Amino acid sequence: MVRVVNRLLHMLFVLWAVATIMFFMFRLMTGNPLAAYIDTNFTLEQQEALLVQFGLDKPLWQQYFIYIGNLLQGELGQSFFYRKPVGEVLMNAFPNTIVLTMGALVVAYLFGIPVGAYLAWKRGTWIEGVGIPTVLATRAAPEFWLGMILLAVFAFNLGWFPSGGANTAGAEFNSEFARFTSVDFLWHLVLPALSLALYLQGLPLLLMRSNMLEVMQEEFVTMARMKGLSEWAIIMRHAARNALLPVVTTFALSIGLSVGGNVVVETVFSWPGLGRLLVGAVASSDFPLAQGAFLLITLVLVSMNFIADLLYHVLDPRVSHGSNN
Amino acid sequence: MAATTDAAPALGPGIYRRKTKTQRVLNALNGMVAVPMRDPFALVGLAIYVVFVLVAIFAPQIAPYDPLEILFADGKLASNIPPLTDDHVLGTTNLGRDIYSQLVFGTRSALIIGLSAAFIVAALGTLVGLLAGYFGGLIDTIMMRIADVALGIPFLPFVIVLAAFLDPSVWNIVLAMALLLWPNTARVVRSQVLTVRERAFIDAARVTGSSTSRIIFQHVAPNILPLSFLYGSIAIGWAILTEASISFLGFGDSNVVSWGVMLQDSFLSQALSRGSYHWFLPPGICIILVVVAGFFISRGYEEILFPKLRD
Repeated sequence: MVRVVNRLLHMLFVLWAVATIMFFMFRLMTGNPLAAYIDTNFTLEQQEALLVQFGLDKPLWQQYFIYIGNLLQGELGQSFFYRKPVGEVLMNAFPNTIVLTMGALVVAYLFGIPVGAYLAWKRGTWIEGVGIPTVLATRAAPEFWLGMILLAVFAFNLGWFPSGGANTAGAEFNSEFARFTSVDFLWHLVLPALSLALYLQGLPLLLMRSNMLEVMQEEFVTMARMKGLSEWAIIMRHAARNALLPVVTTFALSIGLSVGGNVVVETVFSWPGLGRLLVGAVASSDFPLAQGAFLLITLVLVSMNFIADLLYHVLDPRVSHGSNN
Repeated sequence: MAATTDAAPALGPGIYRRKTKTQRVLNALNGMVAVPMRDPFALVGLAIYVVFVLVAIFAPQIAPYDPLEILFADGKLASNIPPLTDDHVLGTTNLGRDIYSQLVFGTRSALIIGLSAAFIVAALGTLVGLLAGYFGGLIDTIMMRIADVALGIPFLPFVIVLAAFLDPSVWNIVLAMALLLWPNTARVVRSQVLTVRERAFIDAARVTGSSTSRIIFQHVAPNILPLSFLYGSIAIGWAILTEASISFLGFGDSNVVSWGVMLQDSFLSQALSRGSYHWFLPPGICIILVVVAGFFISRGYEEILFPKLRD
């Protein structure tokens, strides 16, 4: 319990630090403190309201506390481009990013775990000789480049999948849930999720393989062998179960990392997610939106690190009882 | 950590005999080259690096055209020429630029970014790790908290946000990497320093009156240099991949010929719908080769420096 509180405080500290860094970056590097929140195209009433809301006429240190207070209430200002509250714009894009990330990760882990175990089993054969460099190559390839190839082959050349977006233009749905489960949406999801998954499968695969190799040396596996169990039973019932634990904890970690790394894939497929929002905001100097999108991505990253850390200790009691590092 | 000194005696502390500075540098270099010789993967990685470095150095001799020159044939713009036509090995872009020449010149920016970012990340990480590990206490706590914050910042989005304030330049990427990626190296170096610090020769140096800076840089540092080298070789690939992503998103310097800019150019010029694979496949393959070479080399070092990780 002390540990959980400790990690929680640690997480809050990191979030506070990042928010503070962003405050100074956006206030000082834009050259003009007003520029961070006020677009000269806003109406005068709007400008006045934002000036008061963010205390932009006050000294910097007061602005800082107002900023933190606003952040805690989820108040991020008005997007210059969308003319809507930043929070609202972000919340429209966020579910798209989460669905894309989770879809890709599930595929990546469902593929990576068994294949990793298989490669461990085939250690020293030509299959390993070909398999490992291939996996390393997918991890070395730029994600967006994998996406470009898929796009060129399956969307433009073969015409099997749409070339971008999350829905066919003009499609209407009763609810968000109806939209996410519609054939149209899933059809659009295939290629971006596949390019992300191609990149992401390397981590669970390589991790599973090295864990398997380690576990296969343990005494209980030798014991199972001595009992005369078949190789299949040893791998499935004894080795794989134990090798799986650390891989599971990286799932949460990968969610956090992937939400940040998605940016390029979302751009290739014009996927209306958080990353594309960030890129668009920076390109059009929409500072409130850029800041909001960045902070939301950070929030996901940091809280997923926190969850991974907790999972790691829950799943492997040796870690939490052994040392306090 | 006996393994470190066993595997690379040349990098060990100079306790046997005093060596001159040049001898020491030569020995260290020898140790770094000797490692890949024993691992076939590392050898392949090193060979890839050598080829790319040579191409980068002799780019003007190898490339048939100026990479940014707009070419004309028979008084018409030589755009979208298919590969293997005349002397255009990979054809031309839709603005009539020779793709092969761009690819050749792209090695230059890849290597410049990769090496400078790797050097800064490894140097900064090593320095912080050394100080935090050796002094411990408050310095350690402060530095490790800063490391936590740096690791909590999403890397690619941070580079993008930086692009909102700074002019497009490849140095933004190097800057962002220097700011955010040192903690990985620092943490590993720190834990290594913690064990080296307790060894007898450090005590001996302290007793004989060596100054603190002398102990840190002359006695502790040589023992952790292979680690810095290992993390540096991984950072090269990271930097090249980041440059590609940032350029692709349009925040790169479009006056520089790089593989990322080539990919962005092809993407925006409808190379995908036209099926111009000869345009967007080669830059990606080059990126993969360089990054994989880094993986291979670091793997070789890891297996030889830390044999317990083997199998």
